[in-house]
Amino acid sequence: MKLQHTVIAVVAVLGAFALAPVVISSGFLLSLLIMVLLTTLMAQAWNILGGFGGQLSFGHAAFFGTGAYAMAILQVHAGLNAWLALVLALAASAILGAVIGGLAFRYGLRGSYFSLVTLAIAELLRILANAVPFTGAGVGIQLPLHASLSSLQFADKTGYLYFLLAFVAIGFALSLWLRHSRFGAYLLATRDSESSAQALGINVQRIKLLATAISAFLMGVAGVFYVQYFQYIDPGIAYGTAFSVQALVAAVIGGTATVFGPLLGALALQILGELTRNLMGGAPGVSLVIYGALLVLMVMFFPRGVAGVLKKR
Amino acid sequence: MTNILETKSLSISFGNLKAVSDVSMNVAASSITALIGPNGAGKTTLFGLLSGFLAPTAGSVTFNDHDVTGMLPYRMCRLGLARTFQIAMPFASQTVRENIAVGAHLHEKKRGAALEFADAIAERVGLTDQLGKSASSLTVGGRKRLELARALATRPTLLLLDEVLAGLNPQEVAGMIPVIRGICADGVTVLMIEHVMQAVMNLASHVWVLAGGQLIANGTPGEVTRDPHVIEAYLGHGMATRIAQMGRDEVSHV
Repeated sequence: MKLQHTVIAVVAVLGAFALAPVVISSGFLLSLLIMVLLTTLMAQAWNILGGFGGQLSFGHAAFFGTGAYAMAILQVHAGLNAWLALVLALAASAILGAVIGGLAFRYGLRGSYFSLVTLAIAELLRILANAVPFTGAGVGIQLPLHASLSSLQFADKTGYLYFLLAFVAIGFALSLWLRHSRFGAYLLATRDSESSAQALGINVQRIKLLATAISAFLMGVAGVFYVQYFQYIDPGIAYGTAFSVQALVAAVIGGTATVFGPLLGALALQILGELTRNLMGGAPGVSLVIYGALLVLMVMFFPRGVAGVLKKR
Repeated sequence: MTNILETKSLSISFGNLKAVSDVSMNVAASSITALIGPNGAGKTTLFGLLSGFLAPTAGSVTFNDHDVTGMLPYRMCRLGLARTFQIAMPFASQTVRENIAVGAHLHEKKRGAALEFADAIAERVGLTDQLGKSASSLTVGGRKRLELARALATRPTLLLLDEVLAGLNPQEVAGMIPVIRGICADGVTVLMIEHVMQAVMNLASHVWVLAGGQLIANGTPGEVTRDPHVIEAYLGHGMATRIAQMGRDEVSHV
């Protein structure tokens, strides 16, 4: 697809989401849309590093949790304004990404080794968050309810939907930029063959480090949103495997290294999640079983994801 | 004539194996120079040392009067030294045009300009018809051309070609020879590892011969192919005298 066509399609999709609260009055549907957008954001984040960069992270919760905890701690313990906390929390996620990327790629970790290290770091952070006092340990942190724009909390779901939509728009912009920029071309080249990329003048370590930082930044937004929306965070939610898996599965099912893949994957996951919840009555862990099965089926039969299937037609 | 590339006592060991040992060679600017030698002579390892993919255990590399010993490959490329790989490694998920544009991006920040430059490069190496195709769908010959095109798109002053003719049929070889000559005519110095002797004789003005990690001869293509050391390196110890003997026998039969 040409750049102009893709931009028009992205604007149309964002416009449809923006109009949704006007048309839809059902709180259930708005909640579902918010979860779709949140999953889209996480998948967009994962897609930058895992899809475009080919570095498969199994521990993106590390960035989600860091964004969430930084947002909560800065507001509750440091008494900072929510907007300032937002900026600092996103910076914290991005810096964590740069540090992890910097160290992992400095020491040549690739493929499954990189995946395992990201998984281990997320687990390490979960254990730390359970142990140190300022995270509230196992009890978690509760954010006082105070609905106003200055505290980034909203009285109704519409406000949260627009907050999220603004960042999903940034996610789309980043994906578009990767598809049509030198940095994106360098990232794809590094994914496909590091030696060739180096021979063509690409500093592959720097490219991968930047990709990790950008990806971590976007995943941090998801964490920040989670805290503002649910007003609560604990180590299991922040650094557990659930969001790492959700980000990865949505991105892969939707179609890696594509602009619309994350949204398509998020739609598929959330709709499927609702269906199984109705059918199975919300037995714990059922969603992970479904995710796993779906991932296996997609990778076996449609390795290019939903976006790949749609493109072929 | 000035030298664009010089090495002094360049060596690298892997454990006890001296893969490249005490190599002092030079490449004249604007020339086509060949590096030949039997399999396992250390040619590709030497290329690795010249392009920064391997760091030498001893010795130095000078490129355009810069000491570039142990410099990382991407920095070498930015200085104007580009290389291709013996086993072509295209960016498989991308089209031929996008592949070449990656090289072009070294000097073109804008996507559009890089893609346009890719089209111009494709024309020079004869890939215009394949531009929109996926790089993974190319034949061996196509992949070799793509390796060459990508490296050329970085606008190098020195191009290291690692067996770009290997695996090509005679017709394809004949098609590539004018391409390589054209690259040199445009002012790019070429150093090529090559087994296809027809091409070496045809293209190179100077030949370096590597065997067992050491330089054993250098000179014009005609000189090195008559050199007894070179004949022995390729055909085995004592062959030079036996061939000379056979030559005399034939003469005496006539």
